[in-house]
Amino acid sequence: MSRQPYIRPMSTTTWYMRNGRYKVYVLRELTSFLVMFYSFLTIFGLAALAASPERWNAFLASQQSTAMIIFHGLALLYFLFFQTFPWFKLAPKAMPVQVGEKKLPDSYIIIGHYVAWAVVSIFIFWLVGVI
Amino acid sequence: MRTRQLELEIMRYDPEKDKAPWFQNYTVPCLEDWVILDAINYVKDNLDTTLAYRWSCHMMVCGSCGMMINGEPSLTCKTFIRDLPDKVRIEPLENFPIERDLVVVLDDVIQKLYQVQPYIIRKDDPPAEDKEYIQTPAALAKFKQLTMCINCMICYSACPQYGLNKKFIGPAALTMAHRYNRDSRDQGKSDRLNILADHDGVWDCSFVGACSEVCPKHVDPAAAIQQMKVDGALEFWKQKMGITGDKS
Repeated sequence: MSRQPYIRPMSTTTWYMRNGRYKVYVLRELTSFLVMFYSFLTIFGLAALAASPERWNAFLASQQSTAMIIFHGLALLYFLFFQTFPWFKLAPKAMPVQVGEKKLPDSYIIIGHYVAWAVVSIFIFWLVGVI
Repeated sequence: MRTRQLELEIMRYDPEKDKAPWFQNYTVPCLEDWVILDAINYVKDNLDTTLAYRWSCHMMVCGSCGMMINGEPSLTCKTFIRDLPDKVRIEPLENFPIERDLVVVLDDVIQKLYQVQPYIIRKDDPPAEDKEYIQTPAALAKFKQLTMCINCMICYSACPQYGLNKKFIGPAALTMAHRYNRDSRDQGKSDRLNILADHDGVWDCSFVGACSEVCPKHVDPAAAIQQMKVDGALEFWKQKMGITGDKS
């Protein structure tokens, strides 16, 4: 009897439509476009800062238009729901802490991440003079 | 006990006759406490003796009855029909070639399991014949969860990275490597590093996390792989800085 295993094709462009789990994953990965956008924005900002005070002020003004503020707000929400919250939730998986024979409860590590996030945010706000 | 009519849509493939797989329908009178495997056994015993599939223990130990149940990879012995709609589609595990009907070819993953050297490697002399390796309960707790793997390969079926790139070592084999890396009796971590930290090792994993969600034994392969990324990165920098901190 001859063996002729059948290989089911997997689409390299639409595979993530197979189930909800994959869709959420792809939405998470799509945040990389926003990372790219903010990388370029930082470079433009630095170039404006190096060029002249007028260019720098023009750059600051461009970021304070209503459209840009809405865009930044939506981007922040997207990052929160598809990066911050899921990654903090997964942190105990990548960094489990064992004390004696017992694993430290996941909630300790997750809460630790939120506290660290708050501390770093407050420090940055203080650094730029917001508070 | 009440019976319920279940419409089973089973993927069939006979390598000697068929060019491609096709679906055959069976109506099965199921008892309410049946699992999908019972319904498939009913088909084999009463309706169609030609149906090929793997199973053995019927109790989540042997790991041979994994199939796609309505598109979700699962052990058929732990999937109760009371949790499913009246029409159920059964397919062989995704991401594997189909040998015949619901039987898949697992050679690739078996070879990968060998590749990661899933056994205790010693550099020192083994203990004298009348002694054994000492391991504390705390040292055992570091990897005990990882020993629960039954090699059912459901994680490979859920993993899109393995589906797209068959060179990826994949969840179960990487987890098995991590299980031995974490074992206090083992000294083979640096031997395994070459395979695990290579292109087709842990870095091919993009943490979709599907493997852990479908694992019937809650081994959590996704977590094991992320821990290996941390270990691998630390080991890389240790070697760069000339520190040989590895216990092996």
